[in-house]
Amino acid sequence: MDFVRPRTWRDALAAKAELPTAQALAGGTDVMVEINFGHRRPEALIDLNPIHELSEWHCQDGVAVIGAGVSYTRLITELGDRLPGLALAARTVGSPQIRNRGSIGGNLGSASPAGDCHPVLLAADAIIEVESTRGERRIPIDDFYRGLKQTALRQDELIRAVRIRTGTGPCQFGKIGTRNAMVIAVCSFAIALHPSNRTVRTGIGSAAPRPIRAPDAEAFVGGELAAAGLWESRKPLPASLVARFGELVPTAAAPIDDLRGSAAYRRHALSVLAVRTLNWAWEEYRTCA
Amino acid sequence: MRLNFVANGERREVDDVWEGESLLYVLRERMGLPGSKNACEQGECGSCTVYLDGMIVCACLVAAGQVEGLDVVTVEGLSSANRSEFGDLHPLQQAFLDAGAVQCGFCTPGFIVAADELLARDPDPSTNEIREALAGNLCRCTGYEKIIDAVHLAAERLWR
Repeated sequence: MDFVRPRTWRDALAAKAELPTAQALAGGTDVMVEINFGHRRPEALIDLNPIHELSEWHCQDGVAVIGAGVSYTRLITELGDRLPGLALAARTVGSPQIRNRGSIGGNLGSASPAGDCHPVLLAADAIIEVESTRGERRIPIDDFYRGLKQTALRQDELIRAVRIRTGTGPCQFGKIGTRNAMVIAVCSFAIALHPSNRTVRTGIGSAAPRPIRAPDAEAFVGGELAAAGLWESRKPLPASLVARFGELVPTAAAPIDDLRGSAAYRRHALSVLAVRTLNWAWEEYRTCA
Repeated sequence: MRLNFVANGERREVDDVWEGESLLYVLRERMGLPGSKNACEQGECGSCTVYLDGMIVCACLVAAGQVEGLDVVTVEGLSSANRSEFGDLHPLQQAFLDAGAVQCGFCTPGFIVAADELLARDPDPSTNEIREALAGNLCRCTGYEKIIDAVHLAAERLWR
């Protein structure tokens, strides 16, 4: 196994172009588990830790551009005020030790259906910046997750940054697990209200081979909010609307029975999370006029 | 490959490191620092908790090559760096003994490092803050109550 330690982003891209099967390594919280257990022996590891720009973030024109190497800890401490929904999700990741090492780019690269950032990134309509020596691409989050741990990333590409619009509206996240810490999601759900274009977006984790949205539920709630003039009036949501949303969200999922829970339990839990997070988000929207 | 980094304040050079091995393996098997324990090798148990450039991490999930040029502090470094009224023991180690927070002892080094990081940023943590800070460290013996008592005791002694 080769261990490549590029000093600059250009060098990293060159290394990936030369060794397309090399495994990019950031915090190691996924990759090292596979190597420790002998599940994988990549021909090379490309350590992205030394690349300074990957650990930076900035906000410009209402968009947070978050370097792929920014850790969950820093999503909470440095970006929690601008992106509270993402910080909520980051807080549920592993333990302090894991949050110090694991990164948003690593979460995307691994693309586990249980990854905690994914539902929020889907709901927030994030854009993923990727690059290779051939050039850069901006991939809408809706096109990023392709299958079980499969992404739209090409073999020679690396994830550079995540772009998320800030201040667009409330974003809430909920996750079901057997305890509060150190838990992989049995299922998870995020909702973001986008008052500027009168839309609602969602994200579902751990209930399909890849992170997905719940399009029927989104269309339903968006339509109802518009029809009843609720975006303008900011009145409480009718109970029937919330309940129907809770029924529709699980219809988008394709959960399986596994060690962590049954498909039926996941559908039920998603429904509960959908109701809760919609209520939280709407309450936030009503009170932050 | 050859590795150069600072371990417990000393510059160290380690040879014949395999590119896929972890910092934990390097510490335990190549450097004679077995304080950090090897249990789950997947970041679930916290028994290999060390400081990496001042931040607590699971040494089992850090690739050896990633520590090149960096600063690592293990539980061995905490005890020797904090000679106190308790002799060679770090005040947290003494508090763990006094509070009955050590049973089989396997998880203790990880708890000591994680608790040290907590007390460094919060000299008087609440029980909930202790639970949160130690959430990544598993103990199969104590039921945690004595461990939490020990952290409170160490906090009292350290800052009185």
